[in-house]
Amino acid sequence: MSDTDDGWVASKVQLDRESYRRRRTRRSVLIASVSTVVVVAVVVLVVVNTPGWPRFRSTFLDLSYGWEVLPDIASGLWLNIRLMVICEIAILIVALVVALLRSLRGPAWFPLRALAIAYTDLFRGLPLILVLFLLGFGMPSLRLDWLPKSGLFWGCVALVLTYGAYVSEVLRAGIESVHPSQRAAARSLGLNHGKTMRFVVVPQAVRRVLPPLLNDLVSLMKDTGLISVLGVVYDAVLNAKIETSQTYNYTPYVVAGVLFVIITIPLTRLTDWVARRQGWTGAGGTV
Amino acid sequence: MTNLGKQPAAGGGGLLQIDGLRKAYGDQVILRDLTLSVPEHQCLVLIGASGSGKSTLLRCINLLEQVDDGTILLQGNDITDPRVDADTVRAQVGIVFQAFNLFPHMSVLDNITLAPRRVHGIDRGTAERQAREMLDRVGLADKAKARPDDLSGGQQQRVAIARALVNKPLLMLFDEVTSALDPELVGEVLTLLTDLKHDGTTMLVATHEMAFAREVADQVVFLADGSIAEAGPPSQVMDHPSDPRTQKFLRRMSF
Ligand SMILES: Nc1ncnc2c1ncn2[C@@H]1O[C@H](COP(=O)(O)OP(=O)(O)OP(=O)(O)O)[C@@H](O)[C@H]1O
Ligand SMILES: [Mg+2]
Repeated sequence: MSDTDDGWVASKVQLDRESYRRRRTRRSVLIASVSTVVVVAVVVLVVVNTPGWPRFRSTFLDLSYGWEVLPDIASGLWLNIRLMVICEIAILIVALVVALLRSLRGPAWFPLRALAIAYTDLFRGLPLILVLFLLGFGMPSLRLDWLPKSGLFWGCVALVLTYGAYVSEVLRAGIESVHPSQRAAARSLGLNHGKTMRFVVVPQAVRRVLPPLLNDLVSLMKDTGLISVLGVVYDAVLNAKIETSQTYNYTPYVVAGVLFVIITIPLTRLTDWVARRQGWTGAGGTV
Repeated sequence: MTNLGKQPAAGGGGLLQIDGLRKAYGDQVILRDLTLSVPEHQCLVLIGASGSGKSTLLRCINLLEQVDDGTILLQGNDITDPRVDADTVRAQVGIVFQAFNLFPHMSVLDNITLAPRRVHGIDRGTAERQAREMLDRVGLADKAKARPDDLSGGQQQRVAIARALVNKPLLMLFDEVTSALDPELVGEVLTLLTDLKHDGTTMLVATHEMAFAREVADQVVFLADGSIAEAGPPSQVMDHPSDPRTQKFLRRMSF
């Protein structure tokens, strides 16, 4: 916009338009601020005046206790973050393989396709908590020497299997959304099925489903906290639980919650940003 | 398998030789007992009403569709034989579509180098040099780094042509390459096609551009009801059509 050197001076109409827009922006900012303050004030007043408030405050919002347990929980959270990164990589690999298997055509591939379908149907239907219990407690109890016994390991496997099923469906939707003419164009150049997928279809598919993929990543971050039900992983949630069971004060849970939110907010913002940049219509949109 | 150096038989033969081709979708027969041949360095123009099967024929030649009967010989080899590697055949037959079908996630240069690098195993430097030469030829030397979506329709179509030509195909198929273009952009693409013809490219062109057909075609083929209603040099088919369907079609096209 540096072409003011053409001697352009804004006309009166343009100046009027701009000053009107400025006034309108100021007014909406003012209205938004006032209404936010009023709503917050009302909520605080209502909550503080409930009969159980003093008790609630001491068991859930004990600031000094919260500060005391913060380092423990934060170090647990570091484990959650590492778990998320490792699981996410495994999930993407599993999901891509399953999505590609499902997109194979022709009778020769039927067994693999059927297997992939059975896998997604099964793991999308099972509640994550059930998979965690079945694998986390079930696998080690088989007493097979060659199987890992670590609850952490099986917890991750449960997350990868469950999320792999969801993410593979997202990727498959993306693959199928690439118009058949793109495939035809690639095949007509002599690219075989594999190369067509690798260079033409999958790159376009991934771009399209990036927002929902990031959405699943946020969700995965939170669900790493569920591994604590196996009681073997000293992550943020379990550390909070240990503290709580000693004092019957629930502040550690609140601290863990706040930390999770702080971690996931940048991810959600990133998701929004990517979505906006691609003109994706938000969480309501189907992929 | 037929031998490569076989001489064209009288009245037939050529780089591309189609015999008794049949193609149906379900019980709708699109092409029946179709026979035609394209000699090397010649331009055969396919005309016919919408839905007469021009695209279907080109897609069969490129093996994007499976034929239901008949043979398609390319340099004497039957490419419809299921033992033939379809990818190898496609790499020798270029096709340009009505809707360009450039890959939107790649730059113009990457679109053109994709097949040379990934199919023909040419190294990146050589592939890019060839791609730039080809872009120069289609008049888009300055657009190598552009995204397809930032180009006009005519420019996109010329990139699509460059992308097919860079593989040095034996035969080029053009499927109504100007019908998605604004009228003022049609000319630049047709000029390019005309140049290709003069350079000796063997081509099979489906089009609704009658003036182009008249100017460039060695042979015009009028498709109707799934087979060839009339074929011959443009002066014969377009100026003195004998089949009533051709006459009716040409009358409609000229208004
Ligand atoms: N995949 C398909 N499945 C079923 N029918 C098809 C398919 N592709 C084409 N057809 C039918 O085949 C017939 C011929 O189509 P084709 O696209 O070859 O016509 P065309 O001569 O290229 O027409 P146009 O000039 O409009 O491009 C049409 O009736 C069409 O509906
Ligand atoms: Mg067509």
